[in-house]
Amino acid sequence: MPWTYRPRRCPVLGDGSLERLKREGRIVVVGASLAGLRAAETLRAEGFAGSLTMIGDEPHEPYDRPPLSKQVLLGRAGADRTALPRLRSVDATWRLGVPATGLEMAARLVRLADGDEVPYDRLLIATGVRARPWPRAAEAELDGVLVLRGRDDGAALARRLAAGPKRVLVIGAGFTGSEIASACRERGLPVTVAERGAAPLVGALGGVVGAVAARMQREHGVDLRCGVMVTALEGDASGRVRAAHLSDGSTVETDVVIVSLGATRNTEWLAGSGLGAGPRGIACDAGCRAFDIRGIVTDDIYAAGDVARCPHPLFGYQFLSLEHWGNAVSQARIAAHNMISESTERIPHMEVPAFWSSQFGVNIKSVGVPSLGTEITISQGALDSHRFIGVYGYQGRVIGAVAFDHARWLPFYQELIETTAPFPPAFPTVDRRSDGQRPVDADFPDPSVPTHGPTVTVGGYAPADRRMTFTPAH
Amino acid sequence: MTQSLLHQILDYANRANPYPIYEQLRKTPVHHEDGGPYVISTYYEIRSLLHDPRISSDARNLGSTARDPLAEPAGEESALPPGFLRLDPPEHDRLRRMTNRPFGPPHSPHRVDGMRGELHDIVSGLIDGIGDPGRIDLVEQFSYPFPVTVICRLLGVPREDEARFHTWADTLAASLDPDPDADPTERGKGSHDARMQLGMYLAGLIEERRKNPGDDMLSQLATAKGEDGPMTTMELLSTAALLLIAGHETTVNLITNGMLTLLRHPDVLQRLREDSRLAVPLVEELLRFEPPVQLVPQRTTLADIELRGVTIPKGASLWLVLASGNRDPQRFEDPDRFDPDRRDIQHLGLGSGIHSCFGAPLARLETQFALSELARRLENPRLLEDPPPYRQNAVLRGPRHLHISCDGIRS
Ligand SMILES: Cc1cc2nc3c(=O)[nH]c(=O)nc-3n(C[C@H](O)[C@H](O)[C@H](O)COP(=O)(O)OP(=O)(O)OC[C@H]3O[C@@H](n4cnc5c(N)ncnc54)[C@H](O)[C@@H]3O)c2cc1C
Repeated sequence: MPWTYRPRRCPVLGDGSLERLKREGRIVVVGASLAGLRAAETLRAEGFAGSLTMIGDEPHEPYDRPPLSKQVLLGRAGADRTALPRLRSVDATWRLGVPATGLEMAARLVRLADGDEVPYDRLLIATGVRARPWPRAAEAELDGVLVLRGRDDGAALARRLAAGPKRVLVIGAGFTGSEIASACRERGLPVTVAERGAAPLVGALGGVVGAVAARMQREHGVDLRCGVMVTALEGDASGRVRAAHLSDGSTVETDVVIVSLGATRNTEWLAGSGLGAGPRGIACDAGCRAFDIRGIVTDDIYAAGDVARCPHPLFGYQFLSLEHWGNAVSQARIAAHNMISESTERIPHMEVPAFWSSQFGVNIKSVGVPSLGTEITISQGALDSHRFIGVYGYQGRVIGAVAFDHARWLPFYQELIETTAPFPPAFPTVDRRSDGQRPVDADFPDPSVPTHGPTVTVGGYAPADRRMTFTPAH
Repeated sequence: MTQSLLHQILDYANRANPYPIYEQLRKTPVHHEDGGPYVISTYYEIRSLLHDPRISSDARNLGSTARDPLAEPAGEESALPPGFLRLDPPEHDRLRRMTNRPFGPPHSPHRVDGMRGELHDIVSGLIDGIGDPGRIDLVEQFSYPFPVTVICRLLGVPREDEARFHTWADTLAASLDPDPDADPTERGKGSHDARMQLGMYLAGLIEERRKNPGDDMLSQLATAKGEDGPMTTMELLSTAALLLIAGHETTVNLITNGMLTLLRHPDVLQRLREDSRLAVPLVEELLRFEPPVQLVPQRTTLADIELRGVTIPKGASLWLVLASGNRDPQRFEDPDRFDPDRRDIQHLGLGSGIHSCFGAPLARLETQFALSELARRLENPRLLEDPPPYRQNAVLRGPRHLHISCDGIRS
């Protein structure tokens, strides 16, 4: 009697079900961007021959985001020329321009906005993040108020810059905001940057390095205002933005405002599904398997990229969510591999986080997690030359490093992080200057201020009926 | 008694095929013989030291080098300050950065690419001039003159001076590769004279370019005044000398090793003849398989460094055997096979870290052009001698002559 495949029956490992999955299973990827595409390629490269469905709410084929705040704003590349190179053919059914709206874990299906239901044997969630919008909706609607996350945003902003606005206002001086300011200056446009913290990049790199970033901005003619908040945006009669009001009482006249206030994870569509997903991302194990809200790992749902939050062995198994290009690629590959592997063949995600940025002619690159550090020492170069390596320490060990125009040395520091080398590093190096001899407070903003509300509450009395409930933050 | 591995590396008898010695060497990734240099031969260890800020390239940091046979005799470079190859940051970074401005991105993204036409013409001219196809010395007739001519054009040496320039360059190159039978005082005098004359020539050229700058590299270096300030004349001279020596000693060998390898792999040669696009991955594999810089000596430790259970003491001299790392089976599958279709090819042939080959984009392009044109134009080429006679030098390893013959030269 011919054997028939019954996907709904939960297969027991070791009975050949994995072979069946690889041969004729159904894998669905939600989020058709960097992580989604690289995962799909890996699935095919590792022999998955079943059906593959790629679901993406954007109408575009997978494209690359880093150029959007760099080459695209400089007018060196069109936003439509950022398609990601295909490393191999993925032979998938593409459902582009359709958001996923729900997940039914028990029935193993994903619901789409157009009413379709897509069943799966394995699901990968790679829905990433989106730009946090300006909180006052009416003001966010004004013509000239933009965010930068997607290709269309990049194209719109590039058009505005090319039209020669009289002044650009960037709200928020994180990496994206700083890169936008840099592009504006390179195009000769007047730009004001308003930052709530004491300096640009403080959240990621701390105040010592932030001060360098501030000096770089000012040297390049950015009107940088730190320690202030934008309190209101004002439009003219035709609904175009014309000014911004700041908490210090000043006003900035501007015709383009870019809101760069960080990102929100795209997890709302999972509300009520029972998956451990919330504003901080999708919790998963080191192998990218998603947890349900009870903290139990699923075996058929995986997460990768900006939306994932994974425990990292090098950092005390803290759950890290990283908005890093390299992280998205490596998690995608690991998730894809693990989806179609026996449990003993699975691999954990242990890569040391790495991030790069380029602004004001300086190449910035970091390894590890600088923001976990409490102290910093400048091990090579000098802060005032804008060329240096800062090493971050946490409880007597090296936890991160950042290079300004010094990236070629970073593999060494990565090794220090991987081997939990002592901090401060005790050895002499080439180009060690006097200002780097002693560690100082890295000067990160006070972490005791909570930035996210609780997401899970516990109810019920008897052990057997105690339940966890998903409670989205407001 | 068996010879020490160190001496086997240097022994001319092993020049034609040093790879079995490297294989021996890799059994002790950090190899040390009484008082001599620490020899590093495995891929991952070499790569980590190339990125290690506790490793210095500045001769002033070397401890006793009495027992390092590749250490520079004191005062060798005294005529000029060291080029950036022998400096640490921040001096290294400043000079390399300034030199890069007129050479590569971001300031001059098209310099190398813009030379394509010229490279093509030089290659064609040299092949046209080969003469008797029955006996060609590829080194003398092609691999040598090509990169020197390119450097001349790049620096802005006027055409009419190229011949003189070639002579000095040849003499200097020969001094890097001493013939043990020649009289050392004579040789020393010859290279000293050449160095002087070349130095004076370049100084004159620099003066002249300061007054009438063109768009050649020397003009741009001589008139630069960015955030790094201007280069002094001495810095300019040592930089120009560095570009000259490093820029052709290596390419000569890369091209010659390339042709030798192709002639030993006729199937690949045939593929290249049919499709010149193969030149790109082929040159990459060549840089892994037969790198022109076999080892990097003259590095030293600023601190005690622990590597693979060995503590390399502060002030020790190091040899990083790139060519051995490139054939490390821990890193490359089937490493002794020449395979231009290899995809995983992060070789060490051009070094890594801050001293990674400055001229890499040019060297790659030169070799791609050279090999694909030779493949296309030489009819049925074959080796007259295998292995060919090698040069003395164990560091910049390559054939002294490559005698080949072919049935004719296609146009
Ligand atoms: C302007 C900019 C510059 C950057 N520069 C750098 C840099 O220099 N260096 C660096 O390391 N990183 C940089 N990054 C970050 C990097 O681009 C991200 O880490 C990376 O894109 C993450 O990939 P991802 O696939 O996880 O998420 P994303 O790229 O965000 O993709 C998620 C996709 O899922 C879609 N989606 C969301 N919800 C749904 C749904 N319900 N149904 C269907 N589809 C959905 C989204 O629309 C999106 O297309 C930059 C990002 C931006 C925006």
